[in-house]
Amino acid sequence: MPIAIGRLAIASAAFIAFAASSGGALAQKKYDTGASDTEIKIGNIMPYSGPASAYGVIGKTEAAYFKKINDAGGVNGRKINFISYDDAYSPPKAVEQARKLVESDEVLLIFNSLGTPSNSAIQKYMNAKKVPQLFVATGATKWNDPKDFPWTMGWQPNYQSETQIYAKYILKNKPDAKIAVMYQNDDYGKDYLKGLKDGLGAKAASMIVMEESFETSEPTVDNHIVKLKSTNADIFVNIATPKFAAQAIKKMGEINWKPMHFLNNVSASVGSVIKPAGFENAQDIISAAYLKDASDKQWDNDPGMKEFYAFMNKDFPEGDKLDSGTVVGYGVAQTLVQVLKQCGDNLTRENVMKQAASLKDFRTEVLLPGIKINTGPTDFAPISSLQLMRFKGDKWELFGDVISADAGG
Amino acid sequence: MSAVEDVVTEAPAVEAVPKRAMTLGLGTSLVVLAALVIAPIFVKNFIIFQMTMLLIYGLAVLALNILTGGSGQFSLGQSAFYAVGAYTSAILMEHANMNYALTLPIAGIVCFAFGYLFGKPALRLSGVYLALATFALATAMPQLLKLGFFEHWTGGVQGLVVTKPDAPFGLKMSQDMWLYYFTLVISIGIYIASINLLRSRSGRAFMAIRDNEIAASAMGVNVALYKTLAFGVSAGITGVAGGLGAIAVQFVAPDGYTILLAISLFLGMVVGGVGWLPGSLVGSAFIIFVPNIAEGISKGLSGAVFGVLLFLVIFLVPHGARQVAMVAQQLLGKMIKK
Repeated sequence: MPIAIGRLAIASAAFIAFAASSGGALAQKKYDTGASDTEIKIGNIMPYSGPASAYGVIGKTEAAYFKKINDAGGVNGRKINFISYDDAYSPPKAVEQARKLVESDEVLLIFNSLGTPSNSAIQKYMNAKKVPQLFVATGATKWNDPKDFPWTMGWQPNYQSETQIYAKYILKNKPDAKIAVMYQNDDYGKDYLKGLKDGLGAKAASMIVMEESFETSEPTVDNHIVKLKSTNADIFVNIATPKFAAQAIKKMGEINWKPMHFLNNVSASVGSVIKPAGFENAQDIISAAYLKDASDKQWDNDPGMKEFYAFMNKDFPEGDKLDSGTVVGYGVAQTLVQVLKQCGDNLTRENVMKQAASLKDFRTEVLLPGIKINTGPTDFAPISSLQLMRFKGDKWELFGDVISADAGG
Repeated sequence: MSAVEDVVTEAPAVEAVPKRAMTLGLGTSLVVLAALVIAPIFVKNFIIFQMTMLLIYGLAVLALNILTGGSGQFSLGQSAFYAVGAYTSAILMEHANMNYALTLPIAGIVCFAFGYLFGKPALRLSGVYLALATFALATAMPQLLKLGFFEHWTGGVQGLVVTKPDAPFGLKMSQDMWLYYFTLVISIGIYIASINLLRSRSGRAFMAIRDNEIAASAMGVNVALYKTLAFGVSAGITGVAGGLGAIAVQFVAPDGYTILLAISLFLGMVVGGVGWLPGSLVGSAFIIFVPNIAEGISKGLSGAVFGVLLFLVIFLVPHGARQVAMVAQQLLGKMIKK
């Protein structure tokens, strides 16, 4: 990627020089607050502290990636000024930080703000202010709503489509199974649960023997796991953020409960979930992916991942390559750079949304082969396919085809 | 408090503050008020929003101050009252289409009742045990708000989005500025009422209970009544603050009212000076701005930086802003004499 960007930078620099010399082109430059000839201000909100601080690495990766882009000349000659604030996963704090970004720092857009509650809290404000809330870092299904919220767009596949894929797999391979579900009691957890029930359809009521919810304020989910084991279910669906998912996997190993285990993609990171939980406890867990796993040897010679490794070694050496957060941050940052490139010299907020909604078969090379980013005026769901995978030894093994599932509402 | 007392009796939970020392002089009050009225004209909307939050948290800290500084009872459960106030306002505004200004007294009354009722069983507890009982309330509240049973009204985990009011009477004023002045008027009203409350017969009863419960009851103070009343008043004011908070932030969700909020308010009270009402504003400034400063110093270690700053404050000025104000006053007095 450095080479490609270098070339692009030269090409675009040449183009700008040409355009400038041909005269009249200057009139086409259009800016909104936060963009200028030299700079594009991008805001971001991350939980660097608090219960979801494991995700903070995404923001750090993005900062490192934009720095790399700036060192190579920026986007169309403009440097990205990435301003990232901590909201500690608290909605009122997210509102304060969003207002600070929009009104005090005067950013062009807010990019990849993390967390469903935080993004829900700022969504109305962002749309009232007509400031893009671009590629939010949550898989809730509600972000794909261009009619009511034309300034908000997601990025990753939504939660409901993921559990629908699991449901399809369960119905095909274990139609008579008893299913125990553990889910986080917030709309992230409930979204996943809804997808699973929708996917199982009429059989949901008879197949799901227990739905156990937990709060992020609980220190551990151990007692929930013990309770779920008592149902003797032969399938366990684990809907939890990394810390809790790791606790669950570890506890299951300790009490020797070995059902068929579906782990939500949010927590499929080898570095931050499986490794701390212990590889021996995580064998044969099934999950779904849309990104290449940095710890998976099959990608070692993959050109796209080689660029990612080079980026990690050179620009973000303190980051953990095994943490899927770094891959996500890298991929979503590349998508934003693509949008900004497409914007050219028309850096208005309106054009940013227009370009974000006209990505055609765009691929960041960290996506699994066959998965492409497509958006349109009525399709605000950039990535909508996944592939199933199973944990073997110390890495995930993909199996089956890339499955497209666009869950609506 | 003499050394003998320290040894002989159990140290009182809260240091006795004479009631004259609870307020600012008239001159200083007017200067602070003038600053609060004029400042918004010169700053951006975002700063106005922060100042509004400053007043709102200031009110919540003030409420705790009446309870702890006034009547000597501890509470780590203020976030629960704040949440009830916020949800009352939000639900009335969004489901009953009620005017935002009318929702505030209702939020206050609901919280007063809630606090008064909670004060009843809490009567049997004191000191750390009371603190723990209220702590339980604060931990329970976010989960209660998520209950499926209430979900129709509370929006469950999704929370409720609140519409921000426009300035009335065709005033040419931004929403933020209007809301700021609206909050300011309410805050001043509550502040004056609180001072008068503490100077009144009830206030003297609160303080008598704080200083020595047995002596107070011997003098004919109805201890049970005044203790629950203090809880009710404190909860009521916190409820109004919560309602204002919901309108200012435009969003209520269970995750916004966790135990962390209660601890922040407690911290604000200590930093501002227990029992010193004007300190509430200083304490509120501490809990709003110091985390931001800490984040500015180091992103990865913001929590640690915040801890160090807090430690320094408690170590250097254990009586908080009140102590700073007293020292400043003395210095000023000396300079004038010279």
